[in-house]
Amino acid sequence: MKGPQPLIFELSIPGRTAVSLPEPAVPARELAELFPEEYLRKDPPALPEVSEVDVVRHFVNLSQLNHAVDTGFYPLGSCTMKYNPKVNEDAARRPGFAAIHPDQDESTVQGAMELLYTLEEYLCEICGMDNFTLQPAAGAHGEITGLFIINAYHESRNDKRTKVLVPDSAHGTNPASAASAGMKIVQVKSDDRGNVDIEDLKAKAGPDVAALMLTNPNTLGLFDEHIGEIAEIVHGAGALLYYDGANANAIMGKSRPGDIGFDVIHLNLHKTFSTPHGGGGPGSGPVGVKKFLSPFLPAPVVRFNEATGKFFWDSDRPQSIGRVHSFNGNFGVMVKTWAYIRSMGPDGLRAASEYAVLNANYIMRKLQPYYDLPYDRACMHECVLSGSRQKKSADVKTLDIAKRLLDFGFHAPTVYFPLIVDEALMIEPTETESKETLDSFIDAMIRIAKEAKDDPDVVREAPHDTPVGRLDETTAARKPILRYTAEEE
Amino acid sequence: MGSPHRYIPNTDQNVADMLADIGVSSIDDLFSVIPPEFRLTEPLSLPKALSEPELSAELNRVAAKCAHSMQYTSYLGGGLYEHFVPSVVRHMLTRGEFYTAYTPYQAEVSQGTLQAIFEYQTMICELTEMDVANASLYDAGTAVAEAAVMSCGATRRNKVVVSRAINPRYRQVLRTYAHPRGIEIVTVDYDTQSGATPPESVPKDLLDDAACFIVQSPNYFGIVEDMAALSEATHRSRALFVAVVNPISLGILAPPGSYGADIALGEGQPLGNPISFGGPLLGFFATTSKLMRKMPGRLVGQTHDDQGRRGYVLTLQAREQHIRRESATSNICSNEALCALAATIYLSLMGPSGLRKVAELCTWNAHYLHDKIAKIPEYEFPFDGPFFNEFAVRGRRPPAERNRRLLERGIIGGKMIEADYPELSGCTLWAATETRTRQELDTLIRELEVLA
Repeated sequence: MKGPQPLIFELSIPGRTAVSLPEPAVPARELAELFPEEYLRKDPPALPEVSEVDVVRHFVNLSQLNHAVDTGFYPLGSCTMKYNPKVNEDAARRPGFAAIHPDQDESTVQGAMELLYTLEEYLCEICGMDNFTLQPAAGAHGEITGLFIINAYHESRNDKRTKVLVPDSAHGTNPASAASAGMKIVQVKSDDRGNVDIEDLKAKAGPDVAALMLTNPNTLGLFDEHIGEIAEIVHGAGALLYYDGANANAIMGKSRPGDIGFDVIHLNLHKTFSTPHGGGGPGSGPVGVKKFLSPFLPAPVVRFNEATGKFFWDSDRPQSIGRVHSFNGNFGVMVKTWAYIRSMGPDGLRAASEYAVLNANYIMRKLQPYYDLPYDRACMHECVLSGSRQKKSADVKTLDIAKRLLDFGFHAPTVYFPLIVDEALMIEPTETESKETLDSFIDAMIRIAKEAKDDPDVVREAPHDTPVGRLDETTAARKPILRYTAEEE
Repeated sequence: MGSPHRYIPNTDQNVADMLADIGVSSIDDLFSVIPPEFRLTEPLSLPKALSEPELSAELNRVAAKCAHSMQYTSYLGGGLYEHFVPSVVRHMLTRGEFYTAYTPYQAEVSQGTLQAIFEYQTMICELTEMDVANASLYDAGTAVAEAAVMSCGATRRNKVVVSRAINPRYRQVLRTYAHPRGIEIVTVDYDTQSGATPPESVPKDLLDDAACFIVQSPNYFGIVEDMAALSEATHRSRALFVAVVNPISLGILAPPGSYGADIALGEGQPLGNPISFGGPLLGFFATTSKLMRKMPGRLVGQTHDDQGRRGYVLTLQAREQHIRRESATSNICSNEALCALAATIYLSLMGPSGLRKVAELCTWNAHYLHDKIAKIPEYEFPFDGPFFNEFAVRGRRPPAERNRRLLERGIIGGKMIEADYPELSGCTLWAATETRTRQELDTLIRELEVLA
């Protein structure tokens, strides 16, 4: 096992270089002739001075400290860590996609515009929506875009609505996005089967409510049993229904949010549509809407002129909320999504959701004897277990279980979320894992449950076989060291 | 009998075994919770699945309908720039250990990503001479919006002042974010002769109740602003000074920390990332120690493990959405980590002298082009301020027609800016980076003579 690595700055030797640039093609000029002296930089930045091979070895060594989908099972709940197809990576790097500028004339980027246009069509079909904007660069960015649209809609009707309803099981981004959009958050309770509490919803869905933000299946991995009634209550109050698509991997080809009555939806292309997570981005968070909300979408949008057979930018959208991204959103991610959808086809997408749900239920039922299962009914693409039994009986916390899993070569599930489950372990296997992989994960979880009884210290002190041991987060936050500083000689 | 797709490994036999263990008879039984009226009965109306060779052919067909900068010589800039990217960047970025990981929630098995972000934060601090940098935001436009929101929070004021010479798209994003929060935006005009934002045009009373003054340098017209004077004018009131900068320019131009910027941000695409039709991009964002806890976005901090070994973790998470929910400094979660990694590798390769050299080559190429165009009588320059890698030109011929003719000769001409600045009718914006050769520049100059 590789251990801690030096920082690239610590490899620096003055005068060493890793780059070769051409000699000036045109006459070199004194910068002092071109700029006032005080505009110029006095001291060079202390970037590392290293050779090319230093850089390669450094970053290869760093990469080997990571767990990733390409190295092993990554059942991180609500994150849909499915396999990232390699052909899609190559697709986005084609010069016809990667080496084009968004300010080029429409006639020179018809291929890219065709891709955007058809991707919008595909996403509409998958979700049952009428239009999509592809500008948002991540899920949370999609959320705030959706809320801007909802705001603009109510405003256009002179209907002042300031509150957003968010279930207590919601992702943290939901209330944060609503607050960032200038709205107030009202929390709605869950009932004892993990659904939205209908009575609480009725009581809170007043005339000042702009929307209900709902993840369905929710963060418990459960499809809400009263989804039709929820839609009626929300719409009856004059509010809109927002679909957080973080968990859309459960429903492709099985059910469509638009048919259920959702008015606005965001998708996470880096979850459901197989694009890599990149260590924390780039993602992409397209927002879909029903027709009555289309005028409010961010401008511009790609449209097709039947007469000329050409795609064009439609910027003439007076009711648009405006731009949410400097350019076209994360186009490279869209290329990968497009390639994924074309490679899967309608049957492949449906199979993806079906096998994701199958895999999650398999894990849930196999682990049910060993861990608490707070909501005992068929789950969708993920299941939520609880480590409360281990905590009570052996003082082994869920965090310890998560760390111990790392020793067996697995990434840990999402832990302590959703907040409404004590010692939560949220497991999302995805459809790209085989039964053998699931079985070895299940074996590890069973072994940890046994260790918690027989040898709890081995769990409490985990991880043992990782590049570093358990890290001191308290010190990191109390005395933040957020950059490298060279030690004085 | 087999598995349904090459990305889905379980076979029919696996499925049968698993269903038996679960105790249901079919996969559809697991979906019975979905009310029948909301269950799809027909397949989605999508094109049928393609094999990998068919998919590659289809991608080739679509990509071939784009004129890219490896076939054409492009002079477009306006916030995104074509730069030389060493091969090492791609080779490191395509390591699956980096790009198929997620946000480093389990630090013990994410030290590669965490240390790379820590190195990135350090490099952005070095470039900008600011105290602290976050792990990235989506792009410069949203970074401007986040800076405005952060400034309003830090000063408890609700008005932001912005130069009209910053990229109009950034102002559009700012407007989208400001409106629902009731943030007032006041725009300050540029000087029509120099193209710069004049410090004296910013009266103290305008800034006295403002949260911040946002200025870009080089600005949208390529003109380098008098940032020291603008910063000083801003600080005569309690407003914050927000500097939007091109990271490559910092190889030669004074960094935001040197003129007292409170927030420095910009578009990090030029640091090793392709233009890719406008995304993914990289919003870099740095501030002072004083404002650290008001900053949006992820932060990586150094710490140690239980054996005293150095390690890195996500830290100061009390600012973030998953802890603070509606009280977070921003709703951002996924950012542009892989683009930040590209920037880290790029800057590691460049080092201080390489970065300076790139910035010099950009400057020299742009000035060469500018001075040659100046000799063609039909063209004039709307501004006379100092510029870096980009400048505006006004010609007699309608720019759309000129660009069409240039395209026939393999040249993608400058951006028309009249839509955003009606007073600059007939003006186009031309960028020349270190990627332009002498021959390409001379060819362009000849064509412009012909098309004058």
